[in-house]
Parts: sequence; C-alpha cells; structure tokens
Amino acid sequence: MRRPGWVPRGGGGLPLTVSPDPDTPRGTAAEVVFDHVTKVYPGRQQPAVDDLSLTIPPGEICVLIGPSGGGKTTALKMVNRLITITEGDILIDGRGVRGLDLAELRRGIGYVIQQVGLFPHMTVADNIATVPRLLGWDKARIANRVGELLELVGLDPTADRKRYPAQLSGGQRQRVGLARALAADPPLMLMDEPFGAIDPITRERLQDEFLRLQREIGKTVIFVTHDIDEAVKMGDRVAILREGGKLAQYDTPDAILARPADDFVARFVGADRGLKRLTLSRIGDLELPPAPAAHDDELTARLTTSLRDALSIMLADGRSQLVAVDDDGNAVGLVTLDRIRAAVSPEAAAEEEGART
Amino acid sequence: MIASLAAVVIPKFGQDSCARANKTFCWDWFRQHWGSTFEPRLVEHIKLTAIAVGIGFVIAFSAALLAHRQRWFETPFSVVSGLLYTIPSLALFEILVPITGLTVTTAEVALVSYTLLILFRNTLTGLRGVRDEVLVAARGMGLTGRQVLWRVELPLAMPAIFAGLRIATVTIISLTTVAAFVVDQGLGAPILNAINVDFKTEFIAAGLLAVALALVADLVLVVTQRVSTPWARRAAG
Ligand SMILES: Nc1ncnc2c1ncn2[C@@H]1O[C@H](COP(=O)(O)OP(=O)(O)O)[C@@H](O)[C@H]1O
Ligand SMILES: [Mg+2]
Repeated sequence: MRRPGWVPRGGGGLPLTVSPDPDTPRGTAAEVVFDHVTKVYPGRQQPAVDDLSLTIPPGEICVLIGPSGGGKTTALKMVNRLITITEGDILIDGRGVRGLDLAELRRGIGYVIQQVGLFPHMTVADNIATVPRLLGWDKARIANRVGELLELVGLDPTADRKRYPAQLSGGQRQRVGLARALAADPPLMLMDEPFGAIDPITRERLQDEFLRLQREIGKTVIFVTHDIDEAVKMGDRVAILREGGKLAQYDTPDAILARPADDFVARFVGADRGLKRLTLSRIGDLELPPAPAAHDDELTARLTTSLRDALSIMLADGRSQLVAVDDDGNAVGLVTLDRIRAAVSPEAAAEEEGART
Repeated sequence: MIASLAAVVIPKFGQDSCARANKTFCWDWFRQHWGSTFEPRLVEHIKLTAIAVGIGFVIAFSAALLAHRQRWFETPFSVVSGLLYTIPSLALFEILVPITGLTVTTAEVALVSYTLLILFRNTLTGLRGVRDEVLVAARGMGLTGRQVLWRVELPLAMPAIFAGLRIATVTIISLTTVAAFVVDQGLGAPILNAINVDFKTEFIAAGLLAVALALVADLVLVVTQRVSTPWARRAAG
C-alpha cells in the first residue's frame, strides 16, 4: 500500500555520514565460528544441517546459499538459538552460544527476516526502539538513535517515525526491519532472505544501499539467499549448502565461480559462471595498455563499468575494444576482448590466489 | 419463587390524564417517575451488567491465556462454557436458586456463565491470530515469553477481545432484564410489573431504556477500542 504523497527516492542512496552515537562503540564486529554443527529435527532420520564447520572473519558478509530445504534457515536460526543445536557449537568471538544467556545473546544479534515481522501495533519509531528499550536506554538516547537509523536506511526521520507498518510499502518495511535490527549496534547480523519478497528493482536498490551501509558499519553478516546472483553480489564469502545440509564449498564468490569444487556446485552456480565472474570486476581494476591518442570514433566506458557490461557494450556494437575513460572523459586505457578474457582465465585466478597467500 | 410478583406496584396515576386514559406512552408520567423508578433501575441494571461482564472477563481471559500456552486446556473449557451458554436462562435460575437463593449472587452467577464462551473464544482467537513472523521477530530480538505476551500478543489481540466484549455486554444487558425473576433489581423489575398491570408506559419505558443502554454501551466500547488501537484502523484503511 503506497500512501499518497509518497515519493520514491531516486538512486541517491544513503547518506554516508551519520553522527555516531557517543555511547555505542562503532565498527565492532564479531568473529563467528561454526564448529561441527549438526541439527537433526525430532522424528527425522536425516540431519537438516550436517557437521557444518566454517569461520566467518569479523566484518565480512558470509552468504549461505543452496537449494530450498538445504538447511540455510536452520543454520542461521541456530546462531541466535531460535533452533537448538543438536551437536557441536557456534562460537561468537570465542564464546559458545549454547552457554550464553538466551535474552542477552539475542539482544546482541541483529535479526532480519524475509517477512520482516514488524509489530503492526507499534509505530516505526517504537519498532526500531524495541531492543534499546529492552536494554534500558534512556528516552533521549533512544529518540536520537531512531532518527539516526531512519536516516541511515533512507527513510524520513520526522515524517516516517509515526507511521504504522501497514502504511508502508514493502521496501520501506524492509528498511524499517533493517533499522530495527541495527538499533543497538550489534556486532553480528543474521539476515534470512531479507530482500526475497521485494520487487526486482527495489531489491537491487536495497542490495546496493546495504552494501554501501556495510562499508560504513562493517558488521559481521550472515546472509541467507537462494539467488546465486545475489550471493555473488553481496558475499565476501559464499557457503554453498547441498541437500541434507552439507557444506559443498566455502570460498570467495570469484573462487567459487572460477573453480567450483564439484559438479553440484558447478550446476548450482550455472553455466554462465564465466559471465557472472565478469560482474565482480570493473575495468578500473584491470591493468590497461594506453589508449590510442585519437579515440573519437571508439566506444567508451567509465572505469566503474563492470567487465560484463564492458563486454556487452563491445558485443552490441560488433567491436573488439573500447576506451576506458575517467569521470572527466579523459582516456585512461584500452580494454580489449582479449584483456577481458585474460582477466577471468583460470590462470589469472591462480595467479591472484598466489599473490594473496 | 418469583419475588417481584409478590410486590406488584400499581402505578400512581395522579392527575395525569394520559396515564388515566392509558395511552401507549405517557411522556409526562415517565418524567415524573424518572427519579423514583427509572433512574435507580437503570443504575442497578448497569451495575449488574458491569459486574457480570467484569467477572466473566477475568475468568475467560485467564482461561484463554492458559489455553494459549497449554493447548489441552482449550477443549474442556470450551465444552463447559459452551454447555453453560446453551442452558436457558430461566432454567439456570431454577437450578441456582436452591443453592444460592433469591439473591444477586444467583443472578450474577447465571449472567457470568453466559459471558464465558464468547470472551474465551474471542481472546484465544485474538492471541492465535498473531502472525508467525511477528513472533519469530520478537523472540529473535530477545523478548522473553512474558514480554512477547504483554507487549506483542495481547496488544495485537485487542480488536478481537473488544469484539468479544461488545457481544458479551450487549447480550448481558438484554439478559439482565430476566434477572428480575430472582432479584428485584434492574430494568427487568418494571417490565415484570407491567405483566400484571394494564398500564403500558412503564413497560415500554423500561424496555426502551434497556435497548438504549445496550446501544450506548456498544458505542462506548467501539470508541474505547478505536482510541486504544489506532493501528488497527489504519491497517484497515
Ligand atoms: N521445525 C522443523 N521441524 C522439522 N523439520 C524442519 C523444521 N524446519 C525445517 N525443517 C526441515 O529441515 C530442512 C531444512 O529446512 P530449512 O533450514 O528451512 O531450509 P532452507 O532455509 O535452506 O530452505 C528441510 O527438509 C525442512 O523440511
Ligand atoms: Mg529458508
């Protein structure tokens, strides 16, 4: 339901500077370790999550992906113990969740779900204030924080405060859900298909805004999705779960696309994995040979253009090269089909791997 | 057993020509007897109703909370309150009089028993109607079971609870007139009088007052609900 007078925000995105809340330490992020975690639901033979071990470094987005029923939600809900762990433990900054006080554990973790689950009887401001109230913050501090968060997620800090969830669009509700999860500045965020129920255009905007936001706040995020494109876009690392909750591969998106661990992963990421890899780099990331002095009749593309888009630009015009230009339109270098092919060749990936270690 | 029949009051017609002619409704006579008859009867009626709905709500609400947590409790309470609901009110008075006599207690026990089913059902339906994702989000944020109940489930059950209160209140206002068979109280007393008397005004006035009371009570509850659950209105609009 879109209320009258509501103007969709353009691509302007989120303001990147927020006055820090003086009482909250900024940029705190937790390390999360799944340590041989298994979940067997009562009355079931097969585990829903099977001996899952992985380490998520602080400040990274780890995407859990896999087919429906693969155990993604189960794995996520064991972190805040909405589901009890059958075997193993999950360590947050070294502390096992099984030994922590339940309320305290949950209040320290931001939780975002696909259906959002806003409280229909509370205003936007009251929804966002839920955890700060539980933590006993004083009124002034809560009011400040609510305003700050509304701005952070791209809502109007004055007009949207007093609205009820039923008066918001789907995208706005998910923004409020995100603000509510971020309210007490938790070092860890759990997001279960947060953009899954949102139309493609709004979803893309929310993804972009979240990535920009994440660059600023640097949380550890466990992000569940079943959409490989979303996983490649959002994840610093991607964990692929197969049926039965077994970990098939855990690596960077680039490494998974370049070298799928097995047939299951290869099929899952799709035959166009080569093209998907091209979305991960921009032409500005490449070392480019100088452009020809006169490039008036050449195609041009900005340095922020993805390799995939650059390829598409060339193919659409039947050319095999284009000139990379900076924001002022000055030629910076020459991008050729060969250069793009080399950038995503297996040898290049191996080289990069070598350079990293 | 019928107390008020023993104390039939013949209306004092006085100088009122309308009353002496026994026209359908004598406005002057009504006004003259407002302070002596109708106002006290109306106040008694309101008290009887309020006590019945109040006690009924406390019992039904507690039972609904229990049934919300312990599913097994739903069936026995539904069966018992459903049975009570189906017993004709006069029969229930007959059953109770040998135990509690011709007292207000008898009247209230009977009236309370008619509120239980409606209030129990509506409260439980309201609590169960809270959407799953709302509860998951609440627990995921670290609300305790008690906090989820008082801050999320009960506020969201309010529209259903109010709907139950409205039905129960209107029903009890109507039933309380029958309570005049056991106690000489409420608007039922003048109505009962009128059975033995040819004079129509007293009977019509008391009946209309009961109807008006039901309408006003319903209106008060609607307004209270609107004010206390502003979100529900906006969700609908
Ligand atoms: N509460 C539950 N009780 C029993 N089985 C469940 C429950 N929740 C999920 N499962 C089962 O566990 C498996 C994994 O489910 P889930 O974690 O929801 O997968 P995903 O989120 O990857 O789609 C599925 O086979 C599902 O049927
Ligand atoms: Mg799921």
